[in-house]
Amino acid sequence: MSITVKFFASLRETIGKAGASLGTDNISTAADVWQIATDNHEPIDNMLVAINMEYANLDESVKDGDEVAFFPPVTGG
Amino acid sequence: MSVELRGEAFDPWQELQKYQNSKPELAGKFGATSIFIGTMRDFNDGNDVQAMILEHYPAMTQKHLETVSNEARQHWDILDTLIIHRYGNIQPNDPIVLLAVWSAHRSESFPACRYLIEELKTRAPFWKQEKAGSYSHWVEHNTQG
Repeated sequence: MSITVKFFASLRETIGKAGASLGTDNISTAADVWQIATDNHEPIDNMLVAINMEYANLDESVKDGDEVAFFPPVTGG
Repeated sequence: MSVELRGEAFDPWQELQKYQNSKPELAGKFGATSIFIGTMRDFNDGNDVQAMILEHYPAMTQKHLETVSNEARQHWDILDTLIIHRYGNIQPNDPIVLLAVWSAHRSESFPACRYLIEELKTRAPFWKQEKAGSYSHWVEHNTQG
């Protein structure tokens, strides 16, 4: 399974990288993606998750080829 | 319907005129145009702000703003919408966002415009990092409208 991971804004700075490419089969949910991509960092308070650019929950399933993003609450406009 | 993300400063009044001129099919059909322009302040939460970096998640931002524009057209009887939003390095007094909604009557354009800005501020993936001197910090929440 191949998953593209992205981190944005303050969460990118907390984790220390902008993203990752995961190539393991031990992934079934966005929570698994978070744990592997962050080396088991605790989830960040109020963190938002998107799978293929749609808002999602950590317990939602992911599949091969998905892009999973993690970011803080938004502040545009 | 148009959604555009801009890395450079823009003049919202010129953009509004340009877009409307590019839509001759609207002529004679709309009686109301509701607009919202968001502009960068030089203060926030009681602190001075000298500059700002506006980060976004490009593909998701575009997709989300197109989705909420379509939702507005489904909920209200409106003719067209325009969204232009900045990203990158922004200075105080720079416009950040332009929203415009055209409809036959104001009872449709006003709530649709309000819907667009509230959806944008609460769901579109943008993040502000404010700077003052050598200090910078990420804005953690938007101010109450």
